[in-house]
Amino acid sequence: MKRLLKPAKEVGIVGYGAYVPMFRIKNAEIGRVWGVNGFPIEEKAVNNLDEDALTIGIEAARNALKRAKIDPKLIRAIWFGSESKPYAVKPSATVIAEAIGATPDLDAADFEFACKAGTEALQAAIGFVGSGMAEYAMAIGADTAQGRPGDHLEFTAAAGGAAYIVGEKNSETLAYFEGSYSYVTDTPDFWRRQHEHYPRHGNRFTGEPAYFHHVISAAKGLMEELGLTVNDFDYAVFHQPNVKFPLTAAKILGIPIEKVKPGLLSGIIGNTYSGATLVGVSAVLDIAKPGERILWVSFGSGAGSDAFSLVVQDAIEEKRDLAPKTWDYINRKKYIDYALYVKHRGKLIM
Amino acid sequence: MRKAVIIGVGMTPVGEHWKTSLRDLAVEALLSAMDDANLDKVDSLYVGNMISGPFVEQENLGALIADWAGLGHIPAVKIEAACASGGAAVQEGAKAVMSGLEDVVAVVGVEKMTDAWPSDATRYLAYASDAEWELFHGASFVALNALVMRYYMHTYGYTEEDLALFAVNAHINGAKNPYAMFKKPIKVETVLRSPYIADPLKLFDASPVCDGAAAVIITTPEKAKELGIPKEKWVEITGMGRAIDTINLANRKELLRLRAAEVAAQKAYKMAGIEAKDVDLFEVHDAFTIMAALSLEAVGAAERGKGAELAKEGQIAIDGDYPIQTMGGLKSRGHPVGATGVYQTVEAALQLRGEAPNQVPDAEIALTQNIGGTGSNITVTILRRV
Repeated sequence: MKRLLKPAKEVGIVGYGAYVPMFRIKNAEIGRVWGVNGFPIEEKAVNNLDEDALTIGIEAARNALKRAKIDPKLIRAIWFGSESKPYAVKPSATVIAEAIGATPDLDAADFEFACKAGTEALQAAIGFVGSGMAEYAMAIGADTAQGRPGDHLEFTAAAGGAAYIVGEKNSETLAYFEGSYSYVTDTPDFWRRQHEHYPRHGNRFTGEPAYFHHVISAAKGLMEELGLTVNDFDYAVFHQPNVKFPLTAAKILGIPIEKVKPGLLSGIIGNTYSGATLVGVSAVLDIAKPGERILWVSFGSGAGSDAFSLVVQDAIEEKRDLAPKTWDYINRKKYIDYALYVKHRGKLIM
Repeated sequence: MRKAVIIGVGMTPVGEHWKTSLRDLAVEALLSAMDDANLDKVDSLYVGNMISGPFVEQENLGALIADWAGLGHIPAVKIEAACASGGAAVQEGAKAVMSGLEDVVAVVGVEKMTDAWPSDATRYLAYASDAEWELFHGASFVALNALVMRYYMHTYGYTEEDLALFAVNAHINGAKNPYAMFKKPIKVETVLRSPYIADPLKLFDASPVCDGAAAVIITTPEKAKELGIPKEKWVEITGMGRAIDTINLANRKELLRLRAAEVAAQKAYKMAGIEAKDVDLFEVHDAFTIMAALSLEAVGAAERGKGAELAKEGQIAIDGDYPIQTMGGLKSRGHPVGATGVYQTVEAALQLRGEAPNQVPDAEIALTQNIGGTGSNITVTILRRV
């Protein structure tokens, strides 16, 4: 039984771009307010008053277009993965399509699978292009993630996102997909019901039976199907709800920490949910050399993981400098206190 | 009155059993106790359980567990006395044997708590408080215990550090118990660094929400002999006491006195013909560290106001004069509420059989004390090596 997801045509990334808002709040500042010591991360990115998941998606999409150097009218689909879409009903993808000049000859839709929505959109883009239906398709993962004030999640739920343009593999390809694998079960570890502001989570249940089971199973499944081992990969990017989980996953799989660190950003920008692995991989693409191989494993509560194997191509060298790098955004920061954070996040309801 | 001896014990590890239901936990513990006693049937079943209704929407546990264990048409009933349900079930089982009505009795304590939302779990547990005078006003057990702890520290001049010693001792012992939920030793600083859940109570002063089941088989010495159970495996229930106190804390004449435990302990000592100083180990109800201190005072191991002093002096360690929580207690082994009293009984029995992973040398007499509510319903049981 073939479990690997591999399209008829070989496809790859022709453009990528990330965006992280400039505001940061330190975990210590959140802890000061709630009387908590001992934090999962150092600091997290916070959106400005006029930013939401959609505008983050637009910024990322523009950066991806700068690198792809293609006419946006050639994009036949824009899929936007997020769990903080500004509208519950009304697509965000159409707004992004309009903003980047891709309308009207394209398909557009929003994806939701907790933190896996971004890579879910990517799987769809790979299928759209790989089947020959479209020349280019764009997948975006972006969030301004919600965490209930005082909850564990508030320390990590952050804002950020990244966009990827998928095209047929050729000399313009920055990195191509060797194949992907998806692993999904009904595991209710984290959810937000209709009309609720904040998600709920099963505390420790979110670890072992949820995150670790799916991430490890997806990573192993992909490697088995491709006949690869952890030693064949130069980088590994895992979903990063905190710093501890991805490092533990790497340890279980036997991947040295130095292969994980370049794509592990949650300690300094937080968990950007649907954007998390997409932003992590963008930071790796900013530095990776042609020929290097990247293991990419997302996780979404509910639950499931998408795993991809990416091989970096020569075109990366000339194109990566065409848009701001992920670390440019990470280094561009301004600290705010909890009061301003409350204002930025719209938590003050009068 | 006939004598009652425990001839079989069984338990599941305490933890977050996400893949195991209440019935499966209970049946696993029950069958393992029956295996230990080499039995395939019993005369009756007593189920210690506090709160299966709200937690897993299942009552009628007597029928459920006897049915799923394949025990046939035996009498089976659930005994509820809040967190002291397990201790009460053991005593009801022993009473049935002592009375002559039943010869071989099984007691299983079970609780399945981790399927509930944490805030719901706190509310369900608070059903054991006074609904109209406490719960209605938002006073959870954490809050009530915090009040008691604050007053204890104020009255006797103890610090949070002093009370943390109970948690540290529990973890040292629990680290050696394969059935414990938390098998990791902790330091005083670990407790002090943990977040406040209701000042001065911190997370590490409190026992965890968890799942588990434990079981014992009780019979007469004559029947035990007839069944061919070697005497080394017999543990006699020599003393039992049970008493209640005002259900709400506000009506107590003395906030720092577990009167129900005092009365229950006196009854149990009298029945067993012993005094506190004869006891080799104490399994007391450390749902919160403050309860361990008050319990030691109530059962006569320490004078009033001196419970925490025992911890400071190192007397509560395995090699101390008053070893407590020898297999981790509620803090480290875990507190699956309605099962806790049966876990205490199983652990005390293993100590007296000389089979405990953290053995108290030459233990002959053990005391278990199981608290329901904020000290409103308490059982004390004395066990003795035969």
